[in-house]
Amino acid sequence: MKKVVMGNHAVSWGVMLARAEVIAAYPITPQTQVVEELAKMCGDGRLAARFIKVESEHSAMAACIGASAAGTRTFTATSAQGLLLMHEVLHWAAGGRLPVVLADINRAVAPGWSIWTDQNDTLSQRDTGWIQLYCETNQEVLDSTIQAFKLAETVNLPVMIVLDAFFLSHTSEPVDIPDQADVDAFLPRREAQLKLDVDDPHTFGALATPAVYMEMRLRQQEAMDEAHEVLRRVDEEWHQRFGRRYGAIEGYHTEGAEIVLVTSGTVTSTARHVVNECRARGEKVGLVKVRMFRPFPTALLRQQLAGVPQVAVLDRNISPGRSGIFAEELRAALYDLPSEKRPRIDGYIVGLGGRDVTPAVIEECLNRTRVAGPQSAPQREDVWVGVKA
Amino acid sequence: MSQPLIKDLIPREELLDSGHLACPGCGGALAMRLVLKGLGEKTVVSLPACCWTIIAGPWPQSSLHVPLFHTAFETAASTAAGIKAALSVRGDDDTTVLAWAGDGGTFDIGIQALSGAAERNDDILYCCYDNEAYMNTGIQRSSATPWGAWTTTTPAGQPKSHPKKDLLAILAAHGIPYGATACVAYPADLMAKVRKAKTIRGTRFLQILAPCPPGWKTADDETIELGRLAVQSRVFPLLEVEDGERWRFSMEHAGTPVKDYIRRQGRFRHLTEEDVERIQKQVDARWKTLERRVQASADL
Repeated sequence: MKKVVMGNHAVSWGVMLARAEVIAAYPITPQTQVVEELAKMCGDGRLAARFIKVESEHSAMAACIGASAAGTRTFTATSAQGLLLMHEVLHWAAGGRLPVVLADINRAVAPGWSIWTDQNDTLSQRDTGWIQLYCETNQEVLDSTIQAFKLAETVNLPVMIVLDAFFLSHTSEPVDIPDQADVDAFLPRREAQLKLDVDDPHTFGALATPAVYMEMRLRQQEAMDEAHEVLRRVDEEWHQRFGRRYGAIEGYHTEGAEIVLVTSGTVTSTARHVVNECRARGEKVGLVKVRMFRPFPTALLRQQLAGVPQVAVLDRNISPGRSGIFAEELRAALYDLPSEKRPRIDGYIVGLGGRDVTPAVIEECLNRTRVAGPQSAPQREDVWVGVKA
Repeated sequence: MSQPLIKDLIPREELLDSGHLACPGCGGALAMRLVLKGLGEKTVVSLPACCWTIIAGPWPQSSLHVPLFHTAFETAASTAAGIKAALSVRGDDDTTVLAWAGDGGTFDIGIQALSGAAERNDDILYCCYDNEAYMNTGIQRSSATPWGAWTTTTPAGQPKSHPKKDLLAILAAHGIPYGATACVAYPADLMAKVRKAKTIRGTRFLQILAPCPPGWKTADDETIELGRLAVQSRVFPLLEVEDGERWRFSMEHAGTPVKDYIRRQGRFRHLTEEDVERIQKQVDARWKTLERRVQASADL
């Protein structure tokens, strides 16, 4: 069934079709329609979930970890300050190996107050141990939401679905809504291996001395490693059933490319347009979209980018005192490629706080990289594009 | 009619093992032991950071025979709400979900989550074992610490300068179906309250005074006696409140001199006679307030 839905409602539809059992959420712009629609779905009986209307995001994630530990499929959604308030409990979900799914509407962090998009809220949760999937379209949002539960429950790690404020959250697009029966076949009811069960009592999260703590983190890291292959399988099964797939990364016109743009989120759509224009002019420009940021798809990116002369990374985020975060991660991922295969990487900071990343902005990034050429010295610091003088 | 014997009132079945890691004479360990006896094995515990994080035992050991989820300091109530929702959505409405927190996790850092759960009337039993300071971190003041008490952050030269927060009244103001104070020194009273709370649906709150020998600077074998003195001196009256408005005392309180309680504890050693007199006046004034509440309830 095709429906025209906003990105936020695409999340809600995904959660409903996944038959989430416990939802705990607190409203924040621009996430509100996600939870409003879910409240409506619970209210009219389309979704048989318990929806706990908590008094803060911190309590939202706390309720989610409790519900997930008790064996149920659990969901929350938030944005910016809300995600930051959850930070402590995000660690708890991941360290506790609890497959909670969270949708975050990427919103810039205050001060100054901003409700507009950038990625600093989710990227500053990089080290909490959550799998992160960045979406480009509302269809991808819906599909990723359902995929996320399967991925999370297979590796026992939480998954964050990420979509840009307004460009996706409040923008309506036609979305193919899968049939419930097909989703049920893809995603059966969660059966947790271990849960809070009075018939089989266990303690979760007890004091871990130096003699045992490190192995717990190692198991967590191994689960992250496993997530690469699990995502591939989940995505492949989704493709067989529904005809769509996204991968951990996607190459677009990378064949013979001399410059490859690396993007995430909705900037990708604009970049596709720029790549099309370049190709029409005979310029060898391509694009790699990074959908999965954690675990970082190092092997796939090395495969995709080895031998490409130049890479331009568009970062809608900034790690103050260092650089754009995708660029930094990519530099580390490609560092030990043989030098003749290692691209020159240029980082560009764009679109912070919801500033438009127009085709002209992306063209400027490309031009700077083109002018520098593949043989010049490595870029010392990222270039901020689209800032006023 | 003869009084029932304590041994007949309290189940013999133990859900807390010996070998747990509490200090000798710990009121908090005794409180858990008694409450679990009252609730039985169909209980799941949500446990934030507190002394009990240690008492429960290091991984992979556990001193409890019920499922236990360790959670973040300020999340006893919200985690419990999530556990309850999960059990309920899968058809289990019988299991008691017990949030078990110290006074720091309840009066201070966890009060927002507790207030949220109470406002929603989430179906949980929240027990605060109240030892009147942050004991697990080495005796720092909490908002449950009484006026005049020494702690490491309220040293004798500058002891606690504010009275203890009236948490039961705060919970009552949420209109929860059942709230009560109890003390490990009165196990029959405590057990009756636990049993009553178990039968009620919605948010139930128990504040259990749990004397702490290292924190109160008392001997290991004085816990029960101090609990009795706290109650009988009306420093810690035993109360119940239903639906946030029907208050009653659950036993007679003799009104013994407060100084008999205060002078037994090292944490009050620095107090002058005038200070102790001031505490007596605070206790007397609060007792009058409570009596008014109880009397007003008689008409309801």
